Amino acid sequence: MKDFAALYARIDESTKTTVKVAALADYFRTAPDDDKLWTAALFTGRRPKRTITATRLRDWAAERAGIPLWLFEESYGIVGDLAETISLTLPPATHASDLPLTHWIMEIRRLSALDDAARKAGILRAWDSLPGSERYLFTKLLTGSFRVGVSAKLMTRALAQATGGDEANLTHRLMGGWTPDTTTWSDLIETTDPSADLSRPYPFYLAYGLEDLAALGPATDWSAEWKWDGIRGQFILRGGEHHLWSRGEDLMTDRFPELAQLRDFLPDGTVIDGEVLAFRDETPLSFNTLQARIGRKTVPKKLLTDAPVILMAYDLLEDAGTDIRALPFADRRARLTQIIAATPDTAPLRLSPGVTFSDWDRLTAARATSRERNAEGLMLKRLDSPYLAGRKKGDWWKWKVDPLTIDAVMIYAQQGSGRRANLFTDYTFAVWDGDALVPFTKAYSGLTDAEFRQITAWVRKNTLQKFGPVRQVTPQHVFELAFEGIQASPRHKSGVALRFPRMLRWRHDKPLAEANTLDDLRAMLAAHG
Amino acid sequence: MADVLTFTDRGIYCPAGDFYIDPWRPVDRALITHGHADHSRWGMQRYLATEAAAPVMRHRLGDVTLQTIRYGEERRIGDATVSFHPAGHVPGSAQIRVEVKGDVWVASGDYKTVADGLSEPFEPVRCHAFITECTFGLPVFTWLAEDVLTAQINGWWAANAAAGRTSIIGAYALGKAQRLLTCVDPSIGPILTHGAVENTNAVLRAQGIALPDTIRVTPDTKGADHPGALVIATPSALGTTWARRFGPSSTAFASGWMALRGVRRRRAADRGFVVSDHADWDGLNAAIKETGATRIFATHGYTSAFQRWLSEQGYDAHIVSTEYTGETGDDADDAPADPPAAGSDTVAAGDPAPPQSGDATPPQAGV
Repeated sequence: MKDFAALYARIDESTKTTVKVAALADYFRTAPDDDKLWTAALFTGRRPKRTITATRLRDWAAERAGIPLWLFEESYGIVGDLAETISLTLPPATHASDLPLTHWIMEIRRLSALDDAARKAGILRAWDSLPGSERYLFTKLLTGSFRVGVSAKLMTRALAQATGGDEANLTHRLMGGWTPDTTTWSDLIETTDPSADLSRPYPFYLAYGLEDLAALGPATDWSAEWKWDGIRGQFILRGGEHHLWSRGEDLMTDRFPELAQLRDFLPDGTVIDGEVLAFRDETPLSFNTLQARIGRKTVPKKLLTDAPVILMAYDLLEDAGTDIRALPFADRRARLTQIIAATPDTAPLRLSPGVTFSDWDRLTAARATSRERNAEGLMLKRLDSPYLAGRKKGDWWKWKVDPLTIDAVMIYAQQGSGRRANLFTDYTFAVWDGDALVPFTKAYSGLTDAEFRQITAWVRKNTLQKFGPVRQVTPQHVFELAFEGIQASPRHKSGVALRFPRMLRWRHDKPLAEANTLDDLRAMLAAHG
Repeated sequence: MADVLTFTDRGIYCPAGDFYIDPWRPVDRALITHGHADHSRWGMQRYLATEAAAPVMRHRLGDVTLQTIRYGEERRIGDATVSFHPAGHVPGSAQIRVEVKGDVWVASGDYKTVADGLSEPFEPVRCHAFITECTFGLPVFTWLAEDVLTAQINGWWAANAAAGRTSIIGAYALGKAQRLLTCVDPSIGPILTHGAVENTNAVLRAQGIALPDTIRVTPDTKGADHPGALVIATPSALGTTWARRFGPSSTAFASGWMALRGVRRRRAADRGFVVSDHADWDGLNAAIKETGATRIFATHGYTSAFQRWLSEQGYDAHIVSTEYTGETGDDADDAPADPPAAGSDTVAAGDPAPPQSGDATPPQAGV
């Protein structure tokens, strides 16, 4: 665990990518295979699940530290992270050990199967034998909240440096449904047959937001399609089995059972990149409709009828078992068109329609109609572009419509956690309804660190009332909020729910009285809901 | 019996002696615990401080009427007897003991209980009522042993020197900077200092405090001329053009707040060393116990939590609202002891990045 803690410290201390990658590469050169496998798993978000409630851990930690629970809670509120609070509050370790990372993960699993008293004894023993940062990491693993400031991409780069392997190949190997229980270091990284896992997806190609339309060159080099507001997914049909992966590498196959019938219509060895969309009468439904399906592992019949989904196909990555990502987009698209043309209309599969345009002006005009089509804007793809891995500039661009905006008043503030611990970063906003302020949304992002610090100092001096971690503040500051969509919502006091709200600007220039009203929101709902 | 010390909107006041302790508004007679800007302000008619605190105060406040007193020396002011006792916070820092008709109160100012090799070590003073800071009054704050901390800092400096990087560390100009100077190993390389730090060094050296040799950073200073150097800078100088002259470098920040990962990451320095001139949780509790006091007044820090904790431990504990800032993790200490502008009722405390108080709406001052 010392090696792993040292690795974590090197990564955590530095803001420099090169230092982080070097630290990881060193680790991958020297650590035992089991620990390397777990590290690769942890750094790609394959965390062990939380097996014990945070409440229990707080009770035990407070008891061990000899402080009342309220004081532990107070400290937690300041620190902003449970594992860190525990590791700081407990007395120093009494007997140091240096067991490997894998040992502690196995210990967490072993404890999860035991009764409460035995778990408590085991966890107290672990806390007592792990110093400082090792105790913190153990507790992060225990609470299922281990995270690290390194992307899977950087980890793969380090792995390539340490093993001499090819980065793109390693990226592909690290995709998919493996866990340290289903594979070994050697199978995952070193063997020569990466196709052994039929469920393995290709890395998604992600686009940046368009910066400069004029820089794209002639319109005839480009293809455009709608950017749909659903869940990006990769549909894989290999060996008679199908799999649906999300962009975040979650397997979503069982959440969308209607897509299983595509096995009957598509040829084996087909991989399609597309968007899972709620869809009825040849029309995409709003994201809000799809929302009902997200997070449901099993789908009741009624929901299948209320919110039916299709796969809106964007691209073809594998054709008849061959990886065709290197072919030009126009060729891939032609093959995709053919495959879909051979499927019946009853199949939950559509080809994402192209937007025809002869010059940029026409495309600009088409983009303006996005919202009424329930699209977020346009996707531009260079006709000769290969399907790349990860977020890359140049060949693909997303060109979203401008967000909707509203000026709202901050009325509650709450502290963030992690890097934002001790800063008030989570705000609730309200609009005027006559003389009253009606809360309608929360927003967390969009301000600079300096602005968050300024507001934090202000919140401390302007708290009217505390509700646990939430502070009601003097209504004084107006912010311009941006959001992507608006829906009627009976669950909210205001009657509306926003999609992806964030702070665009702190309107120092705007007097409180000139913030928008609930009627303004209702008008937006009528126009865009 | 009337209270020996009371809490007013000008500061801590002794009616029997008609004087204030660390007042934040101009008064006739001020007893000062130590030279940091939030305790030692401009504008008092008369000052009284320890002999060791006086030079820095004169340096910062200019030509003021300042009398000095030795540690432990008793002095009669009106109907009160006062004496100053080491607080271990910075050189010259004191707790002020005030006795009126056998009733003893102690105002601690800022203090730390572990010896730092520089400040006069903290001495517990028996009293009936104790006015304490609680900047780090939560059980998550536990400082490392001095030798472990020293090894961390020297290890970081030596590794940087070996890799051809300058080590730049941010620390308060009074106290923290000299504490670092005292604990680092000068054989690793040359030590350079920011002008604000070096000015304070000069004052302390002149009063006989031994510090290792340092080189003042001037506009002509170049990193390349001082390979393997350690630069002691004010916190605000980190990440500025001033710091860029040193070329490839590693930055660190020395503060008690570095105990928290979130604050450490926000600082965006390469390293955060947990170095504080305030008492940690155990230090606060031990200090309070040793006074034998039954009445406790918590001034600045996590006052509401600390007051509740002390009450549960059986103390008659209270919160007092003051304008002391404690350790803020930025340059509050180096803010000029500003002459009060007309109509100004705020205190320049800089940007309080880390938490100042767990309590946004402190109860009214006074008991």
